[in-house]
Amino acid sequence: MVAYLIRRLVAAFLILLGVAAITFFLLYVLPADPVRQIAGRSATAQTVENIRHQLGLDQPFLVQFGRYLAGLTQGDLGHSYLQKTDVGTLIGARLPASLLLMAGGIFCELVIGLTLGVIAALRRGSALDQGLMVGSFVAVSAPQFVVGLLLLYIFAVKLDWFPISGYGSFSNLVLPSVTLGILGSGWYSRMMRSSMIDVLRADYIRTARAKGLGRARVVLRHALPNAILPIIAMIGIDIGIFMGGIVVVESVFGWPGIGQLAWQAIQRVDIPIIMGVTLVSATAIVLGNLLADLITPFIDPRIRLR
Amino acid sequence: MSAAEDIPPGAATAPDTPVLSVEGLTVSVRANGAERPLVEDLSFTLRRGETLAIAGESGSGKSITSLAIMGLLPPPAVRASAGRVIFGSSDLLALGEAGMRRIRGDRIAMIFQEPMTSLNPVMTIGAQLVEALREHEAISRAEARAQALAALKSVRIAQPERRLDQYPHELSGGMRQRVMIAMALALKPDVLIADEPTTALDVTVQREVLDLLRDLQRDMGTAIILITHDMGVVAEMAERVIVMRNGRMVEQGAVSQIFGTPQEAYTQELLAAVPRMGDGATRPGQPASDTTPPPVARLDRVDVRFDIRGGLLGRVTHRVHAVEHVSFDIRAGETFALVGESGCGKSTIARAIAGLVPHEGHLEVAGRVLKGLDAAGRKAIRRDVQMVFQDPMAALDPRMRVGAAVAEPLVIHGIGTEDERRARAADLFARVGLPPEAVERYPHEFSGGQRQRICIARALALNPKLIICDESTSALDVSVQARVLDLLEALKREFGIAYLFISHDMAVVENIADRLAVMYLGQIVEMGSRAQIFGNPQHPYTRRLIEAVPVPDPGHVRAPAPRLSGEVPSPIHPVGSGPRRLDLCDIGGGHLVAGDRAAKEAAA
Repeated sequence: MVAYLIRRLVAAFLILLGVAAITFFLLYVLPADPVRQIAGRSATAQTVENIRHQLGLDQPFLVQFGRYLAGLTQGDLGHSYLQKTDVGTLIGARLPASLLLMAGGIFCELVIGLTLGVIAALRRGSALDQGLMVGSFVAVSAPQFVVGLLLLYIFAVKLDWFPISGYGSFSNLVLPSVTLGILGSGWYSRMMRSSMIDVLRADYIRTARAKGLGRARVVLRHALPNAILPIIAMIGIDIGIFMGGIVVVESVFGWPGIGQLAWQAIQRVDIPIIMGVTLVSATAIVLGNLLADLITPFIDPRIRLR
Repeated sequence: MSAAEDIPPGAATAPDTPVLSVEGLTVSVRANGAERPLVEDLSFTLRRGETLAIAGESGSGKSITSLAIMGLLPPPAVRASAGRVIFGSSDLLALGEAGMRRIRGDRIAMIFQEPMTSLNPVMTIGAQLVEALREHEAISRAEARAQALAALKSVRIAQPERRLDQYPHELSGGMRQRVMIAMALALKPDVLIADEPTTALDVTVQREVLDLLRDLQRDMGTAIILITHDMGVVAEMAERVIVMRNGRMVEQGAVSQIFGTPQEAYTQELLAAVPRMGDGATRPGQPASDTTPPPVARLDRVDVRFDIRGGLLGRVTHRVHAVEHVSFDIRAGETFALVGESGCGKSTIARAIAGLVPHEGHLEVAGRVLKGLDAAGRKAIRRDVQMVFQDPMAALDPRMRVGAAVAEPLVIHGIGTEDERRARAADLFARVGLPPEAVERYPHEFSGGQRQRICIARALALNPKLIICDESTSALDVSVQARVLDLLEALKREFGIAYLFISHDMAVVENIADRLAVMYLGQIVEMGSRAQIFGNPQHPYTRRLIEAVPVPDPGHVRAPAPRLSGEVPSPIHPVGSGPRRLDLCDIGGGHLVAGDRAAKEAAA
């Protein structure tokens, strides 16, 4: 177990190093010039060169990347070109909001997706099942900004149940979380439905029924834990998809998270922030996957981590 | 108790009271708008404490009947459309789900064929037992746990306390089936329906489970409906038999009458097709010529081991010693059988010979040493060695016409033009007894036996020297199995092919093998001609295997077998150590037996 964890953490470190290298390289070859952004349109060629030299952007790629890595080893994510602040500080201030939103999103997609999936499986072939599966298609294919705006219009503008935007209270969290979770809930309901249908056909379900157990107990105690096993691995992968969603949802709801930070940084070619957000996201994805793998043995005793 | 031992179980109590009676049961399936009967107008009664066997081949409706009694037919397509199932004072078919729940598990319990999949993998054994008890009795968790432990003790499971907290995957198939029986009998039901309870088990384990069922029945007076395809099991367990075919009852009667004077033609055919022990030992084998034909395969001290990695750097810490120092020859034109129970390494040897798993030692096929062959050499070997597997449905691509499947080996080896290959496929179909037009059809359009013939045709396509039959007839009904075995025998004579015949079924092996080796835990414990092994078995394990085979004769008196419920030791050893190697000694005429004690006895 300890050996497994150590091996996974070493692998995680190598993955993050790879992500850093690839992202850094892509930003290096990017035609957009950050120095122009900083200096402004009217700056003289000399000013531009001065700034370029100051930031070390006139150095060869390997030197730049080496400097960046050296900073990373001391926990320094670099300095924003435009905001004149440490990237670490900027991200640290906004990360809690994003993590909260992500937790809300995962909660929504699991509750909505798994519940509807189980219901569809139990009523397989019925009009309800077909309706839910059409709904899940709509959920998967609807663009998140459309869903967000629609929810805002109905529940914030028309019904006035939730605030339009803002951060700080539970009611602020509801609409962004639902928006973020609805896409995944479409996936999860479909996966859960087919997984549940498979499990309900299993021999041990027949055994459970032959014992005289009631339907509720057969479904909740025997079928559900088995049906949910293939879903757990998905949750880890999901965090990656969420990172994309967060950028959109945070803009729609004015949520002060790293998604907005990243969006602004991309528009202004603020490379240190883009790098920082990318690395933090990659870390979240790697840790999320590790966490999903660590949880599995608690639900499925057949799985041993080694 | 002593008086009751002479008379059949159940006869001591009220002998003729029916505990369950089925009247005119019809079960139908709805498909494409039409109703088709799976079971038609079936009537029988089950007396208190008796064992009634429902015997039949696949598709006879025997399992559907049991599910109908339990109210567990898969809805909505399959339903009981007519008839009554009277239990006590109520008709189970009219009882509804809530009423059935009180009956199921409590008054009528059921055990199933597949012990590996019939227990919930994510719940402990204890939790599954406790749950069954608490569903029907108002008892505390602690009381239920105590009762669960008592139930496990009653099925003679080793270390019952430990089992309560284990998960199903930690138990062997035999132990899981014991758990299923414990669960079914914990509430002392009136009726136990056992649907092929020992079919998936090894023969020695089957013996123990059958003995256990019989003992428990005698102690509790439970009536058993035993559903099986195995006439040996029927003869050993049942007092009365119902023979079913295509959803209808063919014949019913006392077990001695069914086996002694079967009335219906189908029953007679069924019994004739059952492979029997004792026919083969005296039957002359291959003429023992002085000039031994050259071997098509030669194994000399072959090992197959699989690495288990662990630790921080993923180093090999343990090895599975699947095959350990195995040596034998397969001569041209002979059938060499490997027998043994699951996990003994017999299939692994087959895979090593086909070049599918790496091995240590000397392994030679058709004159070529397998080790160190390049890709072309390995391809050439595969022309000489073909395999026929257990499940013909899984072995055929469902989206490929069977003619193309049979011709595919020719395509791979670049033999012939397309027309020649097509002609060859049609010719092979005729050889294995299928109409040549059938080449245009798909696998699902054939029956199990026909599919296995297609697999045999495919194996023949390259004119191999050796065909490995890995449990090739185990999944087939006995009548079909008999015909496929006849086909294999005919092909051997016609083409001079050698077979490596891998089977767990001693009766089949006795009927088909010229020579055989008995394997236990990766090693050969005894090897010799059919007459030597079956006429004069020397190793205790060989004897145990032979004695465990159910005999399709109700008059057969079985010698009391020692009650062993020990588990087979693990073949996993730390790196650097291994199992104790057995020495094989020739006790005369090429009859090899492991262990020096046996050799000394024979020499004395």
